[in-house]
Amino acid sequence: MTKISLTVNGTARSGDVEPRTLLVEFLRNHLGLTGTHVGCDTSQCGACTIHLNGKPVKSCTILAVQADGQQLTTIEGVAPTAQQGGDALHPMQAAFKECHGLQCGFCTPGMVMSALGIVERHKNDQLTEAIVRHELEGNLCRCTGYQGIVNAVLMGAKNMGVRVA
Amino acid sequence: MHAFTYHRPTSVADAVAKRSADADASYLAGGMTLIPTLKQRLAQPTQVFDLAGLADLKGIVVTDGAVTIGAMACHADVALSADVRRVIPALSDLAGTIGDPQVRNRGTIGGSLANSDPSADYPAAVLGLGATIHTNTRQISGDDFFKGLFETALKPGELIVKVSFPIPKRAAYMKFPNPASRYAVVGVMVAETAQGVRVAVIGAGACAFRLSAMETALSKSFSVAAIKDIAIPADDLNNDMHATAEYRAHLVGVMARRAVAAIA
Ligand SMILES: Cc1cc2nc3c(=O)[nH]c(=O)nc-3n(C[C@H](O)[C@H](O)[C@H](O)COP(=O)(O)OP(=O)(O)OC[C@H]3O[C@@H](n4cnc5c(N)ncnc54)[C@H](O)[C@@H]3O)c2cc1C
Ligand code: FES
Ligand code: FES
Repeated sequence: MTKISLTVNGTARSGDVEPRTLLVEFLRNHLGLTGTHVGCDTSQCGACTIHLNGKPVKSCTILAVQADGQQLTTIEGVAPTAQQGGDALHPMQAAFKECHGLQCGFCTPGMVMSALGIVERHKNDQLTEAIVRHELEGNLCRCTGYQGIVNAVLMGAKNMGVRVA
Repeated sequence: MHAFTYHRPTSVADAVAKRSADADASYLAGGMTLIPTLKQRLAQPTQVFDLAGLADLKGIVVTDGAVTIGAMACHADVALSADVRRVIPALSDLAGTIGDPQVRNRGTIGGSLANSDPSADYPAAVLGLGATIHTNTRQISGDDFFKGLFETALKPGELIVKVSFPIPKRAAYMKFPNPASRYAVVGVMVAETAQGVRVAVIGAGACAFRLSAMETALSKSFSVAAIKDIAIPADDLNNDMHATAEYRAHLVGVMARRAVAAIA
């Protein structure tokens, strides 16, 4: 067992893991943060997307020991007052609700984390539908046909102050 | 996944010494190839040496004649670097086509080259731009690096430290991605360099290779017309459920012409 200490959604957390424990297993099984989903476990679907030091990554393809000492954000940490028990949605989450960006909701946590990555990368330039489609390539959805998701990302980005064409 | 021990060496010398002492150990860079391989139990290392803590493997440096990229630079670092885009936009474009944003935030140039997947993109840049691979012991010319399917000139335990790309006069990379995995079915880098025109192909063969017939034709006349009648033999090309050898041969011609058209 190896002891790891990391910051998750602004809170210091630690735990004992085997080197082969995946980060997503640590988040879900050790910390009880089950908002991060496992859709494929083969690095394809993006349901397990979280932010590692501010960047979207697939937590099923990272060892928990690799995240030792790092800063993580999961879907549970996205809404402004979620850590204090508030139920207000983040503008990107609200846009998914507004635009029918989800049906079963399984892919949604990963979609929102990827969408926030898109906003971060394009906050100083102009976002287009083509950019959103290209940069959602790492996230699969079996339900929506993507149009609602693309609309949601564009609306969420706009409501976060990004210029949208 | 089989069990292994995990280590984070803090110097190149330490990493190389410990990895070289154990034939069954493995380096870990971005993990975008190694971790899926471990999950499938296709690899069973005893010890894993994470390269994340090695400062010598980090960073991107642009000088007058070359772009030098540390082995641990991730694909997003290369794709989004304004300095790289200024001097070799084809390299930024290539890095930006690898996988998806999450893969680009983890996968590294060193890991991609050490792995030498036939469908990986970076080998096209190394061969097409005439790059040099710097390891802990020596410099390997790009032309001597790729040896076959998942096979390179690296010796056991040899560590890629950085890769330097001479700045070409002009270059373009065109890729036909597999629609599901985003890996290349075929990719072609065409470059006019100080050493002449270079055309490098990935996805089509066991490893990256150059197309001398096209290089000769483009040296005489850098135009789409100069290569439009060059036939690509399908004999030794990859044939799998994604594409037949004949289709790949066809795609090599199409991607090469698109690359030339982009910069002619
Ligand atoms: C969904 C998905 C899509 C992808 N799509 C593409 C694509 O379109 N194009 C593409 O090119 N690639 C693609 N990849 C692969 C990706 O680019 C990987 O980053 C790359 O193949 C390996 O790099 P890594 O840093 O993750 O290496 P790792 O997986 O950590 O290591 C790979 C191998 O290289 C060795 N190694 C690592 N670093 C060094 C070093 N510095 N010196 C010596 N040996 C070293 C390791 O021991 C291991 O054997 C994709 C991967 C995924 C999961
Ligand atoms: S569960 Fe990680 S990519 Fe599908
Ligand atoms: S809403 Fe069901 S998978 Fe996307």
